[in-house]
Amino acid sequence: MGACAKPVNRLAKPLGIAALFVVAVLVLAPVLALLSRAESGGVSAAVWPAIRFTLLQASLSAVISVALAVPLAKALARRAFFGRGLMISLLGAPFLLPSIVAVLGLLAIWGRSGAFSDLLALVGLGPLDIYGLNGVLLAHVFFNLPLATRMLLQGWQAVPAEHYRLAAQLDLAPRARFALFDAPVLRGAAPSALLVIFMLCMSSFAVVLALGGGPKASTIELAIYQALRFEFDLASAAQLAIVQLVIGLAAAALAFHFGKASRFGGGLGAPFQNWDRRRGPMLLDGAVLVLAAFFVGLPLLAILAKGLEGLTALPSGLWAAFVVSLVVALVSTVLALGLSLALARLIEISQRGGAIELFLLLLLATSPFVIGTGLFILINPFASPFALALPITALVNAALALPIMLRILRPALSRVRHDYGRLAEGLGLSGWARFRLLTFPQIRPELGFATGLAAALSMGDLGVITLFAPPDVQTLPLLMYRLMGSYQMEAAAGVALILVASSFGLFYLFDKGGRGAGA
Amino acid sequence: MKKFLFAAALCLPFGSAAAETLTVYTYDSFVSDWGPGPQIKAAFEAECDCTLEFVSAGDGAAMLARLRLEGERTEADVVLGLDNSLMETARELGIFAPLAAAPEGLALPIEWQDDTFLPYDWGYLAFVYDNTKLTEVPDSFEALALSDLSIVIQDPRSSTPGLGLVIWVKAAYGDSAPLVWEALSDNIVTVTKGWSEAYGMFLEGEADMVLSYTTSPAYHLIAEDDPTKSAASFVEGHYLQVELVAKLAGSGQQALADEFLAFVTTDAFQSVIPETNWMYPATAVDVPEAFSQMIDPAAALSPNGFTDEDRKAGIEEWVRALSQ
Repeated sequence: MGACAKPVNRLAKPLGIAALFVVAVLVLAPVLALLSRAESGGVSAAVWPAIRFTLLQASLSAVISVALAVPLAKALARRAFFGRGLMISLLGAPFLLPSIVAVLGLLAIWGRSGAFSDLLALVGLGPLDIYGLNGVLLAHVFFNLPLATRMLLQGWQAVPAEHYRLAAQLDLAPRARFALFDAPVLRGAAPSALLVIFMLCMSSFAVVLALGGGPKASTIELAIYQALRFEFDLASAAQLAIVQLVIGLAAAALAFHFGKASRFGGGLGAPFQNWDRRRGPMLLDGAVLVLAAFFVGLPLLAILAKGLEGLTALPSGLWAAFVVSLVVALVSTVLALGLSLALARLIEISQRGGAIELFLLLLLATSPFVIGTGLFILINPFASPFALALPITALVNAALALPIMLRILRPALSRVRHDYGRLAEGLGLSGWARFRLLTFPQIRPELGFATGLAAALSMGDLGVITLFAPPDVQTLPLLMYRLMGSYQMEAAAGVALILVASSFGLFYLFDKGGRGAGA
Repeated sequence: MKKFLFAAALCLPFGSAAAETLTVYTYDSFVSDWGPGPQIKAAFEAECDCTLEFVSAGDGAAMLARLRLEGERTEADVVLGLDNSLMETARELGIFAPLAAAPEGLALPIEWQDDTFLPYDWGYLAFVYDNTKLTEVPDSFEALALSDLSIVIQDPRSSTPGLGLVIWVKAAYGDSAPLVWEALSDNIVTVTKGWSEAYGMFLEGEADMVLSYTTSPAYHLIAEDDPTKSAASFVEGHYLQVELVAKLAGSGQQALADEFLAFVTTDAFQSVIPETNWMYPATAVDVPEAFSQMIDPAAALSPNGFTDEDRKAGIEEWVRALSQ
């Protein structure tokens, strides 16, 4: 088996190390660049409330999202029903919404003049007042419940359908089913989901401000933005960025400590059916699915309705922006895919795999503003940062999607190795052939989901481009914000719809491609 | 036009397209298709035999941050879009050159004398409301605080109008400003990152009033034929924002920059401002009818020599008052 395996394996390590180097530069260089240019200043004690609130809202957001995702993912995993595929796909949508669009969509339902307040007014109550921690959590759960659900669902779907059939044949008690299926699935997937959501919520700030109700709801990310934009206090921004990295590292270490990959063994790939036909659980699952569909679906419908009105007012420059966004998204996706596969392989073959994985997660804890400003400082002495706006955006977007992709791909890859590794080695299957014949078909659903997320995230991202954008090059999110800044809310809603539709379209293509026709 | 712009953008870095290029840093909404940028570019290029290149850099504060990041390598010849709250911070950087000639024909609500920063438009902050829904309109911060009206404002830590409001309350109430903020705290529905979020939330009906400009109703009148928006007139007077343009001392295009600064106060520039930037022109050029229907504040509150330290102190006071 050695003859054809060696060249490829010899390549795997350098490729992985090169990818790791790229990530290390993106995590560390910007912070160092800020420190190198820092003149005076630094964080004051005033930042403590922001750190406290950041920890509070991020932990609660993560715990609530994952707790609610458990019954939802379980219902999706064990029920076959009409529209199931569509529902699983639509769960990708909230995550892709630009924050301002999501906020306006949520307010159309939950706001003081939203649908629920209108209903309450009919019986003489209301209006709802969600502003404050409640509002922040509502928005973060709306964004992340679907992501958590998808991550948990991957775990449940790794349980071969034959196991469920056997459990039904044996008429296992609920407790036994929980111990056999649910507990290991949760042990494997929940810490990962908690971690990713915690990190994502930690660096959220426009949403936190808009729904937080006032300066009591301030995050570290806002302090970073303020330090970079208004104060030009690079030292303070760098220190705050380090605080975020340290919190992120601690959270990642915790999640790694408690997480444990679940092992169910390989199945024959039998199609999935409703094996559990007891009435109580069926009703419960039905209720969970309906509630979730409303919670996720209603704000999306509000965005759709607003956007349709705005389609008549679409501005010129829309298609140019669309093309720029699409190209950036695709380049970024290819980069993210290459980086994540190279790194996943490196983690597998390296003796320090755990440490590498932990380090990669720090990408989630980096602030886009810090990366942007740091890269600006680094590039400026050599070239005009404007000229590099689009490549930088693509690279940074790829890097930001990378940790999420890895959290999705890694369990799948280690499952394949665990279940089929010895067989593959026995057959002398290695290198490209092994990837093509074994790994790819096995991880296809996860690969599709992760790639779809990366593509859509890059399409909808605004973070870095604002720092570099030349005036005649704009992406869809930038166009949307520019319209909003010029009173043109209706046109902006139209652009938002196009943006969301195209992000979702990209996501759907990859995700559906991954799940194939049968899923 | 689009194709031409694209072609121009491709050629520019190689410096072969036009005889001279003047690079102007400005904020995002100035250069967008529906902002003043395109018309002003065309008008100036018609008379200068040069290429005017706008570079957008977020908002005024972001622009200043970028200039500091770029240092001597900046390509900017002129910066357009700082305002009177950022003026002293900008001056302290020592990178701006004095104006070649004292401006003539300025028509601002206040006396204006500055040898470096030239006003190109101005506007008053105001609370904007829907006049079909609001019957009792507050006429002061105190009346607003006593009412149970809801307002959306912007965060002074991330937004220029948000900072303007902090200065406004400070200018009107001095040492009692924290008390006013505490009294207002139950009226504030939420505080947003920027103007767009706040205004969008107001239009969605999330609050009775939003912090914006006295000229906002003119936009709805002219562009949407919608007379339902009004601005509340406050007896304390209104914060006056003056938007400024200045030239960089390190620019290699001093003559062309002077030519552009002289162009700023001509009718060709000023007449574009009202209906694209939705602010008042800095000279006595004619304004659309709708603008004359807007409220005329009793007094113009404008910070004199507002420094970086003032801003920090003001924001700290604001955070403390609203975190009670």
